[in-house]
Formats: sequence, C-alpha cells, structure tokens
Amino acid sequence: MRFVLFAAVLIASPALAQKPAKPAPAPHPGAEVYQNICQACHMANALGGEGAGKIPALAKNGALEAAVYPIMVVTGGKNAMPWFRGALTDQQISDAINYVRSNFGNKYKDKVTPAMVAEMGVPAPKGGMREQ
Amino acid sequence: MNWAEQGPTRREVLRAIGMMAGTAVLYQAMEVLGHAKETQFAGPPNLQGARPGTKVVVLGAGLAGMLAAYELAKAGYDVQILEYNNRPGGRNWSLYGGDTYTELGGATQKVGFSEGNYLNPGPWRIPYHHRALLHYCKKFGVALEPFIQMNQQALVQSSKAFGGKPMRYRELHADWDGNVAELLAKAIDNRGLDSVMTKEDADRLRIALREWGALDQNFKYSKNYRSSRRRGFERAQGGGVLGEPIPSDPHAFKDILDSGIWRTVAQHMNIDHQHAMFQPVGGMGMIGRGFAKQVEGKVRYNQKVTSISQQGGKVTVMHTDTGSGVTSTTEADYCVCTIPLSVLSQIDVDCSPGLDAAIHAVPYSNSVKVGLEFKRRFWEEEEAIYGGISFTDREISMISYPSGKLHSDGPAVILGAYTFGPASYKFAGMTPEERIQRALEQGSVFHPGRYKEEFIGGATVAWSRVPFTLGCCAQWNEDTRKEHYQTLVAVDNRLVLAGEHASYIGCWMEGAILSSLDAVTRLHSRALEA
Repeated sequence: MRFVLFAAVLIASPALAQKPAKPAPAPHPGAEVYQNICQACHMANALGGEGAGKIPALAKNGALEAAVYPIMVVTGGKNAMPWFRGALTDQQISDAINYVRSNFGNKYKDKVTPAMVAEMGVPAPKGGMREQ
Repeated sequence: MNWAEQGPTRREVLRAIGMMAGTAVLYQAMEVLGHAKETQFAGPPNLQGARPGTKVVVLGAGLAGMLAAYELAKAGYDVQILEYNNRPGGRNWSLYGGDTYTELGGATQKVGFSEGNYLNPGPWRIPYHHRALLHYCKKFGVALEPFIQMNQQALVQSSKAFGGKPMRYRELHADWDGNVAELLAKAIDNRGLDSVMTKEDADRLRIALREWGALDQNFKYSKNYRSSRRRGFERAQGGGVLGEPIPSDPHAFKDILDSGIWRTVAQHMNIDHQHAMFQPVGGMGMIGRGFAKQVEGKVRYNQKVTSISQQGGKVTVMHTDTGSGVTSTTEADYCVCTIPLSVLSQIDVDCSPGLDAAIHAVPYSNSVKVGLEFKRRFWEEEEAIYGGISFTDREISMISYPSGKLHSDGPAVILGAYTFGPASYKFAGMTPEERIQRALEQGSVFHPGRYKEEFIGGATVAWSRVPFTLGCCAQWNEDTRKEHYQTLVAVDNRLVLAGEHASYIGCWMEGAILSSLDAVTRLHSRALEA
C-alpha cells in the first residue's frame, strides 16, 4: 500500500510544525487517504452527490459528531459503501476520519485514534471482500 | 485487487501450473461425464395464460427489466416500465461522439469521438457460454462480431522486469512454457517425481514436455528454430537470398518470473475469458437498443422511484419526473424491481424484514474506464496488433485495442484504462480531465512516440459517480451469500427482485438475464396461484 509510508512520515511532523518560525503547515495525514479513497464518491469538496440515489455530503455533517459513527461506517460499510477494514490500516482510517471531522466545515475537536478504530470498528468479514 | 503489483510467490507460480495441469484432469472428467455444463440456460421460458388485466410494473429498463417486461407481456400481462435515465440499457451502454454525460458531482463531458467510435463504460465482451444473452441478441436482431480477448502480439509491461520495458506476450508465454517444461524434465531426470508416478508415466511425461515446451533433443529450452517458432525469430523467415531465419534468444527465466506473465496466461484460462468472445457491432449499447425495440411504448423515462408499497392487495410505486419534478403514482398487481441495491437501499421499500436486510447488506464495487481516441491505428499499422489487450502493473491495468473495423483507416478508440481495487478509487476521485491525462501518461509506456502524439480526445466513466448506480456491481461474499441471497431472490408478497445482483454471475449481463428469466417465471406461477 503506497501511502502507508507517506502517512507515517507525516504523523511525526506536527510537533515540529509548532515552532514559532511557522513554516507552511504540513498537510493533514488524512488528506491523502481522503483524496485516494473517499473523494471517489464523496467528492473533493465533500458535498457528495444525488442521482437515482444519494451519496451523503460529509461537509457540515452533524452525524459525524459522535466519532463512533464514522468509525462504524468506514470499517463496516453502509448500503452501497463497501467496508474499508482490511483495505486501510486503523491508522489510515483514523487519519481520514480526523481529517473530515476537522475540515469541510466540520469543527469537531476530539480526535479518533487507531486504538479507537481497533476497539469500536467492525471486523473485516470472514468471507472476504468479494468472490473470485 | 491489483494482482500485477505484487511479485510472484511460489504458491502463485504453482497455481498457474496447476491450472494448466487442470485442463488435462478436466478433460478426463468430461470423457466420463459427457460434457462439462457451461450454462444453466435451457431456452426461453414460454410463459402463457396470464389472467386478463393483471398489471405488472417493472422498475428499471436495463437488460433484466426489459427482458422481464418482454416475457411478461408475451404471457399476457399488462406491463409498464419506469426508468430513471432518459435512455434504455442501464449499465449496458456506449458513449458515442456527440453524447453528453454528467457524473455525480456535476462534471459534464461532451464526447468528441468520430462517427462510429465509442467507449463501452460497462460491459464490453460476451463469453461464448453466456447462452441466454446470445439467444436474445439473435432473437432481437443485435448483430455480433468477434471480440479479441487474447492477442500474443500484444504487450505485457511490468515495473519489476526488463527495466519496465513492455515485452511481447508471445515471447514471455513461450519462455514461460519452455522453462517450466525444462525444469520439470530435469526433475524427472533427477528422479524427483518417482514418488508420484510410475517410471513409464514419467517417461511419457518427459516426451510430452519436450513437445509442449519446444525443448531441444537434450530437453533444454534454448535458442533454436524450434523455440523461435513459438517466440518469434530474430530475423523472420523470408524469401530469396536472405530467406533463412535467424533464431532469437530466449529471456532468462528470472526475468520471465519477474514479469508475472503466468498471471496473464492463467487469466486467459478462466472460462470467462476463453475464446470465442463477442461484442455487438457498433458498441455494447446496441444490446440495450435492441431490447428496447421489444418493449417500445412500455417505458416511461426520467422517472426516479421514491417508494414501493405493497399495501391494500396491490403494488403502489411513487416516482418523480426528473425533468418536471412532477410526482406520480403507478399501481399494479405485481412488481419486478431491477433497481441496483446501491439505489434500492435508499428507497422506502415495503417488504419483509428479511428482504429489507438483504437489500441493505450488499455493497457495490467500483471501477473506472477511460476511452482514448487516436488519429489512426498505429498499433495495427506499425506493430500488427489487431485487437486484444496489453497488460501492465500500472494503475490503468490494461489497454484494449478495438476489435471492430480491423485494418481500417481513420481515428479509432482504445480502452485506455480499466481499473481495479485501490486504483479505481484513486481514478474516480479525479476530474474526468485528470483521469484521461493519467491514462494517456500511463498507457504511453506501450507506444512511446505515438500514444501522446496521436491522441485526439477521451471520455471516461467512474462507476462510483454514475448517477443511476452509485457503483459498479453488487459485491457479494461467502457470508452475505449464505445469509441473504435466497431471501433476496425470493418472491416477497407481490414483489420480486432481478438483476446481476440477484445472480451468481455477478457483474455480467448473463447474470441479469438469467436472474430476470427466473424471477418472471416464479412471479408468473405466484400470479396464477393467487
């Protein structure tokens, strides 16, 4: 998985970014996960879309207030949305959730940790992602 | 899963060999049993004797919906189809020059392909054993032509072998077979197979390996006329003074292993990719059009279904016209619902708790296709690649050359990307322009100096952003099959579901067709019992 390493490098950097010199802020570690996975459906602006059915907007989304909800949805899937447990690491899942909960008009202060994803997430199904 | 990204493991190598050995085992089994059964299709259902005046509302004018309507109308039912799009066919669809397509999120493409050129965003090939679909194509006058799946002249490119240089499928395949044959012959010589076969059989296998792998008298795969007849000559056979061919050097087996060629070879041994394969003349969308002629006047387009009720001894469907916004109600005695579960799970459906759970239990896969139009068929004119597929471990996974209008002049469209797994999400997250540029960039590895230079324009469909499906296909697994499949396909009071999601031939048109025939047959018996 290409972005694992990249995400890991970025996680180490926020402490350094606190220095008074104030260099350009490091991109959020969840931004790349969002761009590579989430925005395929939820769109770059997180506004989702509507056709015969709806892809919910993540922007200004009140359902994200309780962190357990996005943890359940991302790990377990919901309706058309597949589960990403197994495809993404718990670190990547928590990064993506934190990114969405602190961007796109969402201002939730509490942070999701990989440990929370491990504890509250839905386990990957035994039957695997798909039939071969 | 993008299998091309990983290096070969021993187990995977053995699996590829196993598939080859498997054909011999299968052959023996066929001799005993008669024939392997390649289809469940036993002919059209011939439904008859509907009670006069019985109404059926069909939701969706894809192949499953239109076929349900056709067969039920023939049986005497009064049938009405409601369709979200402004065209028939559903995922059976071609984009032609002049077409406009707006994906979710609002990005609109005006397709600029030349007359007759197209991209098939969804289905694009028909295996010979999809007999139900083939039956109705013939019956409904849809002209078919060969689809070239495997082409030994096409290319295989891996970042892990030959410095990333694309190689001919032919050379890699010949060298794979030759080296495996040589190794196996060596194992026999070293008495490595003594524990699993008799001396007599081992001798027979040894001789067979020489022929199968094009080995020389010493059971070596080497540079000679014999191996070059498989992999191609350094200087081809000719006439006159320089007529004598010069043999070519086989590649080192290490490089062949690194190339992953065995994956491509094994893929073509799957029954879904074996020849003969077909495509409709003029684009896959011709099937949808052919089916639509059979249900002319029965389809109301631009209708977005918002609820399905089964109260009061009838089915009541609420739907909104996507143009005018006017909401209407359609009542019927029965309903065949072919709406993809990705959409149906968001509609208020009045059904048993079991069916409701099933509708919500199946996620949808994703894939992206990109069509690229070029000024001329340089792959044919310069490289003698006529149809078929070149494979890569890049995100686009493959490029497929057109099987139609071979050896003609003028612009032609290559399928420039067909993504799987994580690459699908990555591509779908891009704007259409970015997808086309990325596909052009990645595919240029096969035809440097031509691909970008002779490019005219592209079109792309990301299935996660398709307004009428929100995804590609139903993604069942072992657990969900066990828990929900039978409930999903059962007639629920006055409602029955049909489509590729209600089949074990998921993501193929044949699945939609067989599901539809089974659904209307059971619905008809239910209606006669009532």
